[in-house]
Amino acid sequence: MNAADSPLAARPAVQLVSGNHACALGAVAAGCRFFAGYPITPSSEIAERLSRALPEVDGVFVQMEDELASMAAVIGASMGGVKAMTATSGPGFSLKQENLGYAAGAEIPCVIVNVMRGGPSTGMPTRPSQADIMQSRWGSHGDYPIIVLTPASVREIYTETIRAFALAEKFRTPVILLYDQAIAQLTETVQLGDGMPCAERLWASGAREAYRPYAAAPGAVPAMARPGDGYRSHTTGLNHAEDGFPTQHPETVERNLGRLLTKLDSHLEEIASWECIDCEDADVLIVAIGISARASRRALEQCRSRGLRVGLFRPLTLWPFPENALQAAAAHARSVLVPELNTGQLRLEVERLLGRDRVAGLHRIDGEPIAPEQIAARAESLAKGTP
Amino acid sequence: MIVDSAPAFDVREYLRKEMMPHFLCPGCGHGIALRALLWALHELKVDKDKLAVVSGIGCAGRLSAYIDASTFHVTHGRPLAYATGLALARPDLRVVVISGDGDCLAIGGNHLIHACRRNLKITCLMLNNEVYGMTGGQVSPTTSEMRVTTTTPLGNSEPHFDACALAAAAGAGFVGREGTRHVPKLAELMLAGLEHPGFSFIEVLSDCTEIFGRKNEMGSSSEMILRQKSELRPEAYRDTVDTPFRANELPTGVLAKNARPEYGAAYRKAAAAIKAAAAKKGRK
Ligand code: SF4
Repeated sequence: MNAADSPLAARPAVQLVSGNHACALGAVAAGCRFFAGYPITPSSEIAERLSRALPEVDGVFVQMEDELASMAAVIGASMGGVKAMTATSGPGFSLKQENLGYAAGAEIPCVIVNVMRGGPSTGMPTRPSQADIMQSRWGSHGDYPIIVLTPASVREIYTETIRAFALAEKFRTPVILLYDQAIAQLTETVQLGDGMPCAERLWASGAREAYRPYAAAPGAVPAMARPGDGYRSHTTGLNHAEDGFPTQHPETVERNLGRLLTKLDSHLEEIASWECIDCEDADVLIVAIGISARASRRALEQCRSRGLRVGLFRPLTLWPFPENALQAAAAHARSVLVPELNTGQLRLEVERLLGRDRVAGLHRIDGEPIAPEQIAARAESLAKGTP
Repeated sequence: MIVDSAPAFDVREYLRKEMMPHFLCPGCGHGIALRALLWALHELKVDKDKLAVVSGIGCAGRLSAYIDASTFHVTHGRPLAYATGLALARPDLRVVVISGDGDCLAIGGNHLIHACRRNLKITCLMLNNEVYGMTGGQVSPTTSEMRVTTTTPLGNSEPHFDACALAAAAGAGFVGREGTRHVPKLAELMLAGLEHPGFSFIEVLSDCTEIFGRKNEMGSSSEMILRQKSELRPEAYRDTVDTPFRANELPTGVLAKNARPEYGAAYRKAAAAIKAAAAKKGRK
């Protein structure tokens, strides 16, 4: 495609858009050319935007019969070699887990947006929540690797959508973009053209006889065969050998599953991303994502203006969790506060890394975001040693 | 005519030799269905490099692994949904789906009716053996009434699904049915389905000899084939529901056909119009 043909070309470089709109813009900029979805609040704007934008760049939009089918169609398109995405919210995210597990196991790149709303079940469709933190990591059955990114502003939704595609393609994995309803429907400016360039998938090359679809060194990413290129390979959700065919041979399963499960860990430096604000001298370290991180940022300023040494650690890559970075940031903190819109999912991970003694939670599940004042008050009492 | 060229067809050209021997039970009808498909593809001179076969879970789902093409063995009931993404993203590929009666009508029923309605160019084969063979012989949506399975020890009392009537009602561009009793006829039906420009649905009446046949004392595989020849499952169609495909004798061959626009081509045409309008606007 010629740059002048791009739907982005005619538009101003800085735009005032909603979070979901920024996601659609980021997807097109990243080279996404296939979207399959199913209507669900509060993510539908992404589908609506892309239903218009994709045909303009020779892409395809399709609204499928259900959430399962939209996830399946996205994987089907990606198996065909096209960058593909879907978007949903909690109830739909539950349904997507079946095929998401397939993409993780068969190593098919794809991007899944989950705009978090309340739960369980239908929950509160128009209210923010952060209660899918654990589902985004462990939602499908079995052990599998996955990348989850958590932008906290509209601009970051744009850049993280682009990064999601880059990581998905490079590491042949599903990447989940996890943000809450509040940011999805917030309006802020976006600088178009920001974000990393999107890497191309590693495609099989060379002789067909020598190609083995899942042959790669431990922790490495195998080259993928594009249908039509003459490799005629097999892809399955069954445990498979290097040749792509099913196997139950214990050593072969161990070797191949082992490679899959360490694939992301062995590239942690490239995948991990986080933000540290005033962590160096912090007595109280706040750990938060999304809308809660924004409120924490304000709380931090309030606390600092009162002379309290408060810092903020914000994971942008939520899974795999930036373990070393958090441990370094919290090295000197006496207390760690985890404000989140659930009953302690992020806190569980923070406790796992830092121990339970100095970690406190601040939770809200009534569909309202946590106010900066609430966080500041809690941080202040922790700083003064009066929990 | 497909029969005329029979000598030129060598099934080994289309099979993955490294996957032999196959895992099907002796006498299983699915091998016959696979041969008929490969024969039809041969007749069409399909380029194996441009052929994509998507299959679901179950005995039928395992067939894709034997075909020398780009093959995708996906999740239970979803092959049509995967194939929809693949066919939309890659209109240059020929996409064939292989599914079973449980895969296609039970867990994947929603995808089937919408694939029929959408009318994207995909050829869907539903291998109907009236049972969940791979999981040990449970009742399926096409099990004939009063048949014994591991989950209907007293005999099945649910009416079975008429998949062809369903596909035709949902708007499939091409609907047909044939048994594994007659390979050239079956291959010819598949050939016609493959040539259809829109969505084609073909129900293949296949026999699960080892599980369903044994449980219902239907004899050897050849006896099951002979039974197909003499009665073609009349017991499955004896109920009183009045639908076009449920006469006393089970109809085979091409059962429905329409010339509705193929979805992918229609989508690309609309997209081209949008692009042209945008370009015109940009020039002003
Ligand atoms: S269980 Fe039945 S359907 Fe499956 S391979 Fe054996 S005979 Fe065929």
